Amino acid sequence: MTILHTVNKSPFEDSSLESCLRCSKAGSTILLIEDGIYGATEGTIISDKVKAAMADRTVCALQPDVEARGMKDKIIEGIKLVDYAGFVDLATENDTVESWL
Amino acid sequence: MPIEVNGKTIETDEEGYLVNLSDWNEDVALKLAESEGLEMDENRWEVVNFLREYYNEYQIAPAVRVLTKAIGKKLGKEKGNSKYLYELFPYGPAKQACKIAGLPKPTGCV
Amino acid sequence: MSDTTKKFLYLNRKAPYGTIYALESLEVVLIGAAFEQDVALAFVDDGVYQITKGQDTAGIGVKNFSPTYSALGDYDVNKIYVEKESLEARGLTVDDLLDLKYEDEDDDWAEKDSIRVVTAQELADIMDEQDVILSF
Repeated sequence: MTILHTVNKSPFEDSSLESCLRCSKAGSTILLIEDGIYGATEGTIISDKVKAAMADRTVCALQPDVEARGMKDKIIEGIKLVDYAGFVDLATENDTVESWL
Repeated sequence: MPIEVNGKTIETDEEGYLVNLSDWNEDVALKLAESEGLEMDENRWEVVNFLREYYNEYQIAPAVRVLTKAIGKKLGKEKGNSKYLYELFPYGPAKQACKIAGLPKPTGCV
Repeated sequence: MSDTTKKFLYLNRKAPYGTIYALESLEVVLIGAAFEQDVALAFVDDGVYQITKGQDTAGIGVKNFSPTYSALGDYDVNKIYVEKESLEARGLTVDDLLDLKYEDEDDDWAEKDSIRVVTAQELADIMDEQDVILSF
């Protein structure tokens, strides 16, 4: 089974990103949305953990949420930005979607 | 309470403020001024245009104290006082001028 | 300032857009400014994200209220404290923040920076000096 994990909370306020990183398998995709996109930014206290996960998982961030928050130039290299259509594609490509609320 | 301008129906709220900022044009402003019983002269346009510029930059309609100060800075001391602004807009410069400018009611204005 | 003037500090700790706190706080600040109190703002934790540069909400269909922070100087709100530790934890510097200015009435209207980056220790002292702290 393939899982698309979505995280919509800021990693500095809530442990959902860390739990997701801990409980996701190699080959799965993690999509950061809403305040979750702050987890995709460079130079934070959590960026090293995100980069480590990128070794065997695909990490994406929702572009409209990134742009709304002014973080476009701060995204960790290698994190793919997807639009709403891309979000839908990811949801259909995977067997299930796990939302870390 | 919709208003009709050049054959187009434009939505306003119960106090007469435009529902959609994008509906605004100078003809709409004339119509809104008419409903306030005001004739648009050069001085009133000056204030209305100032408010639109302010909104464009800061995304808010300024409180009357802020408006007075900012008008004084931009258009000169003799215009930056509440007496002058209330002469132009007797029911409150922020309230009436904002309405004519197509802006929402200023935050904090009751 | 008169004897009845109180020191108000608005403490902002939430990111914009994800929740309504940031916008609500800003609206209360603007309304409160009409009462001519001594108002200061502090941005701590994810609150620092409220005043980052380059926000563009066209894609999410929500109003971008970040330009409104630049009007705070007109409302005589010119003490904007940002906690240093919160910026650092998020990989941000003062250069990532909006360039918030005010004109100093007592100094021939010279344009000055409103933002002051302070340590947690300094912020604790600032909080201690207030009459009222409103938390968002």
